[in-house]
Amino acid sequence: MNATASVDAAHAPRKLKVATVSLAGCFGCHTSFLDIDLRLLDLIQHIEFDRSPLTDIKEVGQCDIGLIEGGVCNSENVVVLRAFRAHCKTLVATGACAINGGLPAERNRFELRDVLGEVYHDREGLSPGSAIPNDPELPLLLRQVRPIHEVVHVDYFLPGCPPSADAFWSFLSDLLAGRTPRLAPALLHYD
Amino acid sequence: MSAPARSDPAGDPPATETFSLDGSPVSFAPGETILAAARRAGRYIPHLCWHPDFAPQGSCRVCTVKVKGRSGSACTMHAVAGEVVESNTDALNADRKTLLQMLFVEGNHFCPSCEKSGNCLLQATAYEMNMEDVRFEEFYPRRPVDASHPDLLIDTNRCILCELCVRASHDVDHKDVFAIGGNGTNTHLLVNRPSGKLGDSAVALTDRAASICPVGAILPKGRGFVVPIGERRYDSHTAADPETQEGP
Repeated sequence: MNATASVDAAHAPRKLKVATVSLAGCFGCHTSFLDIDLRLLDLIQHIEFDRSPLTDIKEVGQCDIGLIEGGVCNSENVVVLRAFRAHCKTLVATGACAINGGLPAERNRFELRDVLGEVYHDREGLSPGSAIPNDPELPLLLRQVRPIHEVVHVDYFLPGCPPSADAFWSFLSDLLAGRTPRLAPALLHYD
Repeated sequence: MSAPARSDPAGDPPATETFSLDGSPVSFAPGETILAAARRAGRYIPHLCWHPDFAPQGSCRVCTVKVKGRSGSACTMHAVAGEVVESNTDALNADRKTLLQMLFVEGNHFCPSCEKSGNCLLQATAYEMNMEDVRFEEFYPRRPVDASHPDLLIDTNRCILCELCVRASHDVDHKDVFAIGGNGTNTHLLVNRPSGKLGDSAVALTDRAASICPVGAILPKGRGFVVPIGERRYDSHTAADPETQEGP
């Protein structure tokens, strides 16, 4: 009997590994994700977090699901996004910025040098000697902010600014149950 | 395009003849288009550039339906008795979604920062077609915003070239304030003045052209978020509801 019990334990469904990151985003999607509130307790019966602002793990490991918030605005975003793609079986563009660039992409209508100059150099009220930061540790900004599907293959898209807690819950419930995620009309929003 | 229905010399007879739309009969008056008849019957065929008050122009192609296996825009094809029209099929809705995705990447459609969000026919139609992503690479075109008018502004980043403002200004307001210029990817909305500025035009806040825009390209000033997000037209209705099919 004991042998049977241990075999059952060994074949119990393993928890799915989930990694999350915010690239050129505002962490609003993460905040909305946490708004599932007590349902988090149900969720962690089925998943465990890998790299995420919630765990502070710095490097993404082998994962089942990767949730990407935000578009791609600098060289570090590209490296992190590619690492997520390489390590996550299912990659999800989460929120408006990951899907179409969102608010950060509104800088695309200006030349990058003009934007930096306006912020760090040209406007009134700056300290004498103010200049555009050029520390080599700072990731280089891309000329334009781009959505993540232009850099890596994306499996699913979860729209919203942010997606509501119910949208997160519906989407993850579908994924965990092995269904193709489909948002009910009331949960599909771009704003 | 199908042949026009035969006209009745006695004037406007009651609609008695029918065609089949997705398997259900729709009655129509002679000369009526498929979309106009469907709309009058409370049926939904997705559309953007069509409005019941204006002559159809068939440019957005979102209302494309199949008749006898051939595709055509329901807003320009005349209804014919006994015709079998397919509209709400997976294949046609997939085509419509692709058209919407192309419209989204071709302009700068950032719903979270748009005052029209929740009242926008483009957005509501994309919801209706279950559009979750934009699929293609973003153009991110650089287009001007014209805030020179005291009561109205034009943000051409959001213009989908439906020409409803052009038609409204010509047909109803009789001012011809708007026109379409350029061609190909450079096609754009024009203000018919030497300066090209809305502030130099005769347009007024009360004009039909000022309120006809189905997206957030022509907006009244000073009214931002008078109606909060969550309480707007398409928060309680869908684009398919009979009372909201035309947008504003």
